[in-house]
This record gives sequence, C-alpha cells and structure tokens, in this order.
Amino acid sequence: MSDTPAFAKPGDPPGTLRLSRPLVRTPFDAAGAERLAHIWETRPGWRGWFSTVDHKTIGLRYLVTSFLFLLLGGIEALVMRVQLAQPNATVLTPEQYNQLFTMHGITMIFLYASPVLSGFSNFLWPLVLGSRDMAFPRLNAFSYWVFLFAGIFLYASFPLGEAPNAGWFNYVPLSGLTYDVGPNIDVYSLGMVLLGISTTVGAVNFVVTLLRMRAPGMSIDRIPVLVWGTLTASGANLFAVPSVSLAFLMLWLDRRIGMHFFDVSGGSHALLWQHMFWIFAHPWVYVVVLPAMGIVSDALPVFCRRPLVGYGPVAISTVATMVVGFVVWIHHMFATGLPPLALSFFGAASMVISIPSAVATFAWIATIWTGRPVFRVPFLFFAGFVLLFVIGGVSGVMTAAVPLDWQLTDTYFVVAHLHYVLIGINVFPVVGGIYFWFPKFTGRMMSERLGRIAFWLMFVGFNLGFFPMHIAGLLGMPRRIYTYGADMGWTTVNLLTSIGSFIFALGIAVFIVDVLYSRKRGPIAGNNPWDAPTLEWTVPSPPPPYNFAVVPTIASRHPLWEGRMQGEHEEGTHEGPRSRLADGYLLDQGREALGTTALEASPYVILKMPEDSYAPFWLGLMAALFFAGLALRAWFFAGLALVLAGVAIIVWLWPERELIQREPTPVARS
Amino acid sequence: MKTAPLEYLAHAAGPASLPTQRLEWALIALVCAVMIIVAALLVGALIRRRTGARADPSAIGAEAGGMPWIYVGTGLSSVALFAALVYVMVTLESVASPRVAPALQIDVTAYDWWWKIEYRDADDASRTFVTANEIHIPVGVPVQIKLRSADVIHTFWVPQLAGKTEMIPGQINEQWIQADTAGVYRGQCSQFCGAQHAHMAFEVVAQPPAQFDAWRRAQAHGAAPIGSSALPNAGKRLFDERCAGCHSVRGTDAAGMQAPDLTHLGSRRLIAAGQLPNTAANQLDWIQHAQRIKPDSMMPSIALSASEASALSAYLATLQ
Repeated sequence: MSDTPAFAKPGDPPGTLRLSRPLVRTPFDAAGAERLAHIWETRPGWRGWFSTVDHKTIGLRYLVTSFLFLLLGGIEALVMRVQLAQPNATVLTPEQYNQLFTMHGITMIFLYASPVLSGFSNFLWPLVLGSRDMAFPRLNAFSYWVFLFAGIFLYASFPLGEAPNAGWFNYVPLSGLTYDVGPNIDVYSLGMVLLGISTTVGAVNFVVTLLRMRAPGMSIDRIPVLVWGTLTASGANLFAVPSVSLAFLMLWLDRRIGMHFFDVSGGSHALLWQHMFWIFAHPWVYVVVLPAMGIVSDALPVFCRRPLVGYGPVAISTVATMVVGFVVWIHHMFATGLPPLALSFFGAASMVISIPSAVATFAWIATIWTGRPVFRVPFLFFAGFVLLFVIGGVSGVMTAAVPLDWQLTDTYFVVAHLHYVLIGINVFPVVGGIYFWFPKFTGRMMSERLGRIAFWLMFVGFNLGFFPMHIAGLLGMPRRIYTYGADMGWTTVNLLTSIGSFIFALGIAVFIVDVLYSRKRGPIAGNNPWDAPTLEWTVPSPPPPYNFAVVPTIASRHPLWEGRMQGEHEEGTHEGPRSRLADGYLLDQGREALGTTALEASPYVILKMPEDSYAPFWLGLMAALFFAGLALRAWFFAGLALVLAGVAIIVWLWPERELIQREPTPVARS
Repeated sequence: MKTAPLEYLAHAAGPASLPTQRLEWALIALVCAVMIIVAALLVGALIRRRTGARADPSAIGAEAGGMPWIYVGTGLSSVALFAALVYVMVTLESVASPRVAPALQIDVTAYDWWWKIEYRDADDASRTFVTANEIHIPVGVPVQIKLRSADVIHTFWVPQLAGKTEMIPGQINEQWIQADTAGVYRGQCSQFCGAQHAHMAFEVVAQPPAQFDAWRRAQAHGAAPIGSSALPNAGKRLFDERCAGCHSVRGTDAAGMQAPDLTHLGSRRLIAAGQLPNTAANQLDWIQHAQRIKPDSMMPSIALSASEASALSAYLATLQ
C-alpha cells in the first residue's frame, strides 16, 4: 500500500480532501469488470500459486491448512483417548503420551484455533468492509507462508520421536536443558518465535485494514461484529505475542547459548516463565474465541430474520472482554504460592470478565426469541454453540473462585472447561461459519442432510465426551497422566469420554465428506443464498478477484435489508440516504483501492495496491530456514538464510513505477 | 477402600478443605441453575409459537427491541456473580491460614517421581528423621507443610485435606492441612512433571495423638540390628552393593540421597510412590521390573538370581 497524505493545503476551503484524482461515481458495467479482472487476476499455474496476494486465496489457504492441523490434533487426541479408555492401558508409553498431549495442545491452540479465524477474517474482511483487498496484501501472503512453515517446523521432530514433550505451557525447569536434552524443546521454542512473526504481521494488517479500508460511509458503528472480534483479537496480539516470543527466545538462549534467564541455580526464578507465558496465553484464549463469537453475532441473526439485538453492547463487550482479559493471567497461577491478597484481585477480575459474556449470551437468545428462526444447518451450529458457550462460561466462573480453583486446577475439570471453550466457542462457530460462507467460498451450497447428521453427531458426541470430564475432575483425576489405576474411580467417566470423542470425530468426518462432495457437486448458490444483509453477499459467489467492480457507499449496518426492515421508517433510523451498491467509485487505473478515514469512513486517498510477488514466499521460507539453522545449530547455514531473507526484503520493497501516486488534486467533501 | 480416593466433593476432612467443599456445592448449584435457566430460555426461543405470520416472507424484523433481555439478563448475572464473589472471598480468608498456630511442621521435598518427608526437631536432633511417600499427622490439629522441589515443579495435593500448592525449585511454599477424623488420605502430584507424573502419589495417615507419637518415636530410630542369620546378612551385603548408592538405611552404611529412605520400609502401606501395596512379593517385583511397572523412572530394573532375590527380600523384611 502506498499512500499520499490527504491533508488540505493552505488556502483550501474547510473540509477539503486531496485525492490523486477526483472520484467518479459510475454504475457497474461489464467492460469495466473485465478490465478490472485483467488487472487483479493472479497468473495461472504454479507462478500464481506462489506469488498471489489475493486475500481470498490466502484466506482459503488459512482455512484449509488450519483444518488439516485440526485433523492432525484430533487424531492425536483419539490415540490418547484409546490409551485412557481403560485403566492401566499400555497402548502408549509415557513418553509417547507426553509428546502426544503436548503436540495436541500446540496444534489445536496455535495451528488451528487462531489461524482458522485468520482464514475467515482474511477471506471476509475486505468483502464485508467493501474493499478490494487487505491493507498490506504482500504482508498477508507472508503471514500465511510463515504460518505454514512454522506449522511444519513444529512438527519436524515428531516423526523422529522427539516432539515437544513438556506440555504446551512448557514450564521451566522441566523444559530446561537439565531435564530435556533432546531437540524437543528447541523445536518448540524456535517454532513459536517463527509463528509469532506470522501472528504479529497478520494482526498489524487487520488493524490497519480496519482503520483505512472500509467502504465510504461504513462508520465504525456499522462494521460487522466479526470485524470487532478480529480487530480486538489483533490489537491484543500486538501486546500479548511479544511476551511469549521473548519467553521462548530466552528459553532457547538458556538451552543453547548458555544464558540463565530461567535458571534457578543461576539466581533466576522459575515463576518468571509462568508470568511471561500466561500474560500471553490468557489473552490468547480471547483471541481464539472473540472472532468466533463475532461469526455467531453476524450469522445467527440472518437465520432469525432480524438484526442482532444490542449491536452496540455486544461490540463494546467484545472490547471489554479483551481489556479485562489482560489482567486475569494470574488465575492460571493460583497454586504457585502467591499471597492471597494478590490472588483475590485476579480472582475478582476473572469473575467480572464473565459479565461481557453475559451481554453477548442474552443478545443471542433475545435475537432468537424476537426473531423467526429458520432451522438451516448453520443455525443449528450457532444455536448449539450458545448452550456450549454458557456451560464453558459458568465452569470458568467456578475456576475463578480462588479456593475452589486450588482443588480444580490441573484436574480434568479444567480440561472439560477448556474444551467447552475451545470446541464450543471455536469449533462449532467455525463449522457453522463454513456452512454459512461455503457458498461464498466456492459458489456452491453444502448439503442440508449431511450437515444435520454432522451437527447432531458433533453435538451429542461432544457433550457425551466432554461433560463427563467435569465429573472426572471432581473425582480428582489430574491432567496429563498417561494412565490411572482401576481403584481411582475414574474408569466409567473415561470410557464415556473416549466413546463420545469418537462420535464427535465421526461428526467431523461427515462434515469433511460434505465439504469435499459439495465443492464440486453442490447446488449453485448465487450471490446471496441466505438473504443475508452484509456486503459480501452483494458480489458473485465466488467473488471476482477485484471483489467490488465499483466501490459501494454504505448507509447502514444492513445494506441488503434496507427498505424491508420493520420499524425502519417509524424510528427514522434509515431515513437518510440508502446504501448505494449498484453504482460507486470505479478505480481502475492499476490495482487501486479506496482509503477512508478511521472513524467515519470518508474517502481519503486512492491507494495503489501492489502486484503479486514471490518475495513473501521467499522471505517466509528463508525465515523458516534461518530458524531451522538455529535449531540444528548450523550457524553458517542460519547466517546464509538470514542474508537471503534480507535480499527477499529488498526485492519486496523495490520501488515500482505503478505504485507512485500522482500529485493530489483537491476535491470537495460531499 | 475408598471408591475415589482423590475426590473432593463429599469427604472433606478438615477446616482447610471443608469451607471449600461448601463453596464448591454452592457454586455447582449456582452454575447448574444458570445453565438450566439459559437452556430453558434458548429452547423456549427456538420452539415458541410465533403469532401473526408475516405477510411478506422477505420482511425483516425491526432492529430495535429485545434490549430488556440484555439489561435484565446481565443485571441478574452481575448480582449473582457479585454474591458468589463475596462468598469466595470469605472462603478464601477461612482456608488461607489456620485459626491456631500449627502444632507440627513437616518438610516435604518433591523428587522425580516421589516425595521425601522430613520431621525436624530443633530441640532434639535425635527426633529428626526422614521418610518417604507417607506423611503421618496427629488428628485434629493444623499441620504446616513446607514445600520444596529438588528438580522440576511439582504440586502437593491431598484433596480431602486441602487444595493444591506448587512445589517450585528455588522457593519454599507452605500449605497447611488438618484431618479431623483418623484415616488415610491420598495425595497426588498434579503439576505435569515428566514421564512418571501419573505415578507420583503419597498418603497422609491421620492418627490419634498417642499413636502418632508412637509412630514418630519408632521412625526416629535407626534400623534394628538384623542378627546373625545368614539370609538377611547376605541380603544386606547385596543391598549395600547394589542399592545403597541411592537409598539409605539409617544405622547402616547405606546413605544414598537420591531415592526414598528405606529405614522403616516395612512400616509403610505402599511402595513406588503409591503405586503398589507394600508386600514382599510386590517389593521384589518392583526391584526386578521397575522399568516395566513405572517406565522411565529413576529406579532401574535390577536382575536378581533366585537366591539373591530371597536374600534381599529377607533383608528388607527386617526394615520394620
């Protein structure tokens, strides 16, 4: 993205904006669309595959890749459930079990839960915001490649039987060199630093896109709740990820360079790791649920045939959750011997954080109650989600109660809680979201029949599998044990959990069959199969490379429902001008997008967007090879990769004539 | 035999755990009520009959309306949460520290994957002794436990007596426990600590004061002399040769520090950190197949001939 400051020059009348040329409103025309397609299309074949910066392609890649990781983590879980189905089983050795539960956590939390939401946001943001692309298309491509390479990196030692094995929380000193001499933890540490680069640049891209790339008229109170969710999550990432990247880098330096950041015998403190880890990891929980809650807040009302109840409170509670989410990390450390006074503050904050969640819950229920539900497959997932959200939320309130948490922590009760949070609040909305947006992704509908089967298998299997874990926890079953004795009273609940988890997995399998089948054979969807209100449904399915032939102008939160909402005229909410979707600004002098102001989304600058480029792929690859060199302690190799990464950056940033802005000319603000 | 020895729903046995158990039931009741109410509202919202069918199927409901749901729902939730929070704080205050000063202090150090228990007596060094994996306490008085770790982070947890406290290398944490009824309470490490985290248990035996004092006096003694019969002496030689590098038997030359003190092995209920009942057969099985029973533990599987096994067994039988 290049950019020209749009401040008025001395002597301009007040309110003047300077764009590089006057904006002209035109209707959509076929010739213009063809010209745009030519400008925006990615080259066919492998060249385009490695060089594309199209946010839709990148979004789908995120979705597919993270779903593959979900399957990998799911298979790991099923193997563990076989081991735990009966007492004293010997399917796995303790070391195998420890590697599996560690990789299961790493995979689900870092390689599935967050990237899958990045997939939705990448695909959808420009479409719901009425934009041609993300603010930094090349950075977007880079973010995906680094995520992919980091995922491969984290799995690199798995086939050797040397996978990370100290838990995803990776506490020192267990993860230190004294107790873990193999490459296991080096791979985890460096992989996390690498992945942190992807997360950070992705977050920057989302924040800037929101602030600059919205369609004219889409003021900050008209953006979809998904956008609020991803924006909040991205803002949080910028504060939280540095902590964990630093912690993992310090751990690696301890292990391989001889530093003593976490070395107790060297005068440090073992709790330092826990603080640095949880300052990141608790906000991260909200990072992986808030955008998913946003999916529900946007898509559930479509099936209730009315707008969301309480858009404002829900948007504000999204942000409030995150703010409070930064002062609750100690609730992961209640048992570490910190003074009770300190614990009571963090315990209170951890209970307060459920108030914004209550706002969202009642907003969803009110939306269903006052609406007219249409029981299509996505709606089943969203309605089911509401119940799972509440169960996951109230069990969280129990763990926030400091003295009770001294019993609950590190038992299966917490395992149950976190799976209700991560599966209930992430997987269910994600699968529902895929059913909802699949027509937009592919142009075809998914099967209603298979979808219902998938939903019921998942819903029943999940509750059968994970609700008994609460009981196992209350019966004292600790987490992360590879086996248990028959005399501990945990046999029945574990068998139920194992059976339930396989039923849940079967539901996922049916869903995947549906995706693979419908991708080629599903009925043609058309632009707006659900009669949904937001901008992504104005464009063809799948959308053309340039998204919007003409940049629309927005006058409400529900541009496609305007004119047929009850109470619209009585209350005068939309008495002003209607959204204009059929005509708008035609920007076709190269890859162009419209920059708008942060709050009110007034046109502000014509942005020159970059062409496709191999540089993001190469930079990502070289970054990964640099970290591989560090992991192997092949210093020369690492240095070489670093130099080549530098070359890739230079190529990336090499000045291009097409990106030069012409001298701005004044236009009067409308 | 308890049906679920680590359960903390119904068998809290002292003032460090009982208030928490009451809180637990109160919160379970609260969250179940919330769950049922919300589920009922959700189901009601899904199935309720809509009156006055809309003439135009494409018509969309009004954006306004429904806000009382948020006001009332969030308001009631906040009131319930605040009440719960007050109760939580009261409970925290009552279990954080004992009402009276602890009568006894015990040092517990966690090792991969067992527990060293030290009873110290500053006034009388002869009453200071070390044992493993079995803590004895007198009934009805608070006992202070000082918690250390020799290696990685572990967690001390006897659910029916108190909540968890981590044992962190480089710092000393404290936890108090009190048992108001005599009995055996199971404990377990709950912080993931490596390969044998699953098998790192111990027991707390709460006894009437007189019995506790007798136990303590007996434990403070070194091992009893084994006499002159050939078999135990052969076993002792074997022990000193093969086992004493890690294990100690007070009153003999065996003074290893890396593994449980075996001076009064015979007095314990369980071996291998809570994994096996303490019988002669289990002792031999454990010695010969430790790596099968507890893979990757620090205890090697030791090959013994039949005569060696019976000699070692005879010696261990003297360590009462």
